[in-house]
Amino acid sequence: MDIRVQEGPFAQGEELDAFAKGRPDVGAVVSFTGLVRDLAPDPMKHMEIEHYPGMTERAITTIAEEAQQRWSLADVLVIHRYGRLRPGDTIMMVATASRHRADAFAAAEFLMDYLKSRAPFWKKEVTGDDAEWVAAKDEDEAALDRWTPRD
Amino acid sequence: MDVMYFAWVRERIGLPRETVETTATTVAELVEELKAREERYAMAFSDISALRVAVDQELTDFDAPLARAREVAFFPPMTGG
Repeated sequence: MDIRVQEGPFAQGEELDAFAKGRPDVGAVVSFTGLVRDLAPDPMKHMEIEHYPGMTERAITTIAEEAQQRWSLADVLVIHRYGRLRPGDTIMMVATASRHRADAFAAAEFLMDYLKSRAPFWKKEVTGDDAEWVAAKDEDEAALDRWTPRD
Repeated sequence: MDVMYFAWVRERIGLPRETVETTATTVAELVEELKAREERYAMAFSDISALRVAVDQELTDFDAPLARAREVAFFPPMTGG
């Protein structure tokens, strides 16, 4: 398991190559990359991502451990940036490795759903003369329901 | 104990962290003490349904006990990913 919370950029291709390399037991690697998008009517100058040092790493580790218990995974990689980012910049990536693809796909979706609303990050969009905190969406919270076992 | 604030909670209160001497036994009691301090705290905590809390870096509820807690953090719902 490799969890990194960092300010600087990362090279997703190199990260993915290194993650997938030298694993004869692995038949599938799934990855997700999140980018800063700019859909606001006012063009965004930049995004500020704040986090809670210490808790962030703990929360992501807990989520990744949960994924490892639910699915058969050879490895998990999570890189999440904070600080000032511009439209088009890479915010984060998740990669999962498993023997068969079903586990890697499901675990990557699970990690993303939980990282969105359970890892302590907050995004602020800065436009020309305004700055606004991004509000959490109800559908992000609802997305967690599908992982809750019903009994 | 250390009390920390993030995102707009930090902006409304005007500081990222402070050391608080308190006799509060739950998070909710600590919130009441803070609200009674000054208007900016009352504003920040006016609707706790819009807030989340972590005690010693674990997400919890406002009913959570504070016995032996070292660090309490208040923030809006998270927007990672």
